[in-house]
Formats: sequence, structure tokens, C-alpha cells
Amino acid sequence: MAINWFKYAAPATFYGLAGKLIPWLAVASAMLFAIGLYIGFAVAPVDAQQGEFYRIIFIHVPASILSMFLYMIMAGYAALGLIFNTRLSAMMASAIAPTGALFAFISLWTGALWGKPMWGVWWLWDARMTSELILLFLYLGFIALHASIDDPRRADRASALLAIVGSVNVPIIYFSVKWWNTLHQGSTIKFTGSSMHIAMQQAMFTMMAACWLYAMAVVFARVRTIILERERNTTWVGELSEVKQ
Amino acid sequence: MALDIWMRENPFTYIWIGSYGVAMLVFAIELGMLKNARKATLQKIRMMRNSGGNE
Repeated sequence: MAINWFKYAAPATFYGLAGKLIPWLAVASAMLFAIGLYIGFAVAPVDAQQGEFYRIIFIHVPASILSMFLYMIMAGYAALGLIFNTRLSAMMASAIAPTGALFAFISLWTGALWGKPMWGVWWLWDARMTSELILLFLYLGFIALHASIDDPRRADRASALLAIVGSVNVPIIYFSVKWWNTLHQGSTIKFTGSSMHIAMQQAMFTMMAACWLYAMAVVFARVRTIILERERNTTWVGELSEVKQ
Repeated sequence: MALDIWMRENPFTYIWIGSYGVAMLVFAIELGMLKNARKATLQKIRMMRNSGGNE
């Protein structure tokens, strides 16, 4: 049976689909968080060089990867909204920004906590850290710019431009450890494989999956509120059971 | 430095409270804000519909 995916590009149909997916995503995310933390703290061995402190990796790396991927997805949706004038794309971009900003914050925060025992400092103006901080500012700039314009469609267009221009920062973050001499270690996960212990890999990938599912659940929940807000004058919103209550 | 000594003596507490605790707090705040935003939006729409007017 062929599925008409374009049907879900309409806010009215996507609202229902997102509502059905959220509980599944949330439960799966909670379970994966529990499994990931168990493997990370009870199964994974102590690191020979970093001792117990390396265990911050199980939240630091997923948060960092999510902050970069979410930005690219946000910029992609923003570009779609700008080019094709699709309403849902712009709403999705707005819904992704706060979650991306929070993951960027968690990445920086946990990085500082890892840096202190390993390097002796909370912060350095190192290429990887500085470019990640710029990513957080780009997210905040996107949110602030969108909020500062009253007309939502104009706000979508203005913030979309910022998102698209800012996407140049994401490859800079990724390649910063190769392009410049930095204190930050190289990429933990490479396309050619990883030198990590299998239990460490399992914990990190499980936590990454948990973070992905959490991000999807939260973004879907936020986009449903944005859809309600923007479509409040339409007939289908008036017919929703939660509105009629 | 007292903090340096403490963190090396209590690495698990340092990791749990400092990174995982903060991450969970961030997630909890985000979920709470989402719940409030949805509640406020629904209330606004119900009020608008009950008054019979469009904004």
C-alpha cells in the first residue's frame, strides 16, 4: 500500500500523526536512557587514562552530535519553508530550535565538567569549544529573531535566512579538531570504526538513540502547540476534542 | 584547590550531579515548559472560541 507522504506536510494531518507518535517515542526514549545509563555505569570498564571521569562521554557526545544534527535539520526545514513556502516546514524549524539550543548547552556544560579534571580548566578558547559556543548563539539568535517579529510568516523568512547562513558553522565544529591544533580530542566515532571498548560503544550508541527519540518527542510536542497557535482560526482546530473540552 | 581534591575523591558524585543531574534538570524544565505552553495555548483558543470572535 502506497503512503501519500505529502499528506503529512499539511499541519492538520501532521498534528494527529505527531500526537500518536509522541507516547511511543517518549517511552522508548526513557527505556533507552535507563539501559544506556546501566551499561555506561555498571558494565563499561574504567578508562585507563581518564579513570571514572570519561563516563561523562555518554551524555556529552550524544548531546554534541544532536546539537549539530538538529541545527542541520532546522536549517533544512527553514530552507524548505523559504523556497516552497510550506507552512509546516517553518513550524518545524521553530520547534527544533529550543531543543537544539538545550543540547548545545548540555554539550558545553558537560564538556566543561569533563575538561576540569582532565585539562585543569573549565573553559578554553579552543576551536571545537568556541565553534560549539557559536552554535548555541546561532540557536539563541534564531529564537530571538523569530520572537522579535510579530508577523509569523515574516518571522519565518527572516529566521530562515539566519539558520541557512549559520549552517556553515556545523562542518567547522566537526572538522575543527582536524583543521586546527586543539586540546580537544579527535572524533570518538569515525566512519572507519572506533577504538572504544565494546561496552563503552554500546552505552554511547544507546544514549544517542535515547537522545534522538527524546528530541523527536519534544519537537513533535512543541510543533503541535505551534500548529494550534497558528491555525487557531481554522475549522479543524475548533473540532479537536482537546479544544472542545 | 578543595574542589579538585573533592572531585577526585568523589568522581561518581561529580559526574552524576554535575553532568547527568544537570542534563536531567534541563530535560525536566523543557518538558514542564512544553506542558505549560500547550495548556496556555489551549486555554487561549477555548476562550477565543467561547467568546465567538476571531483575533
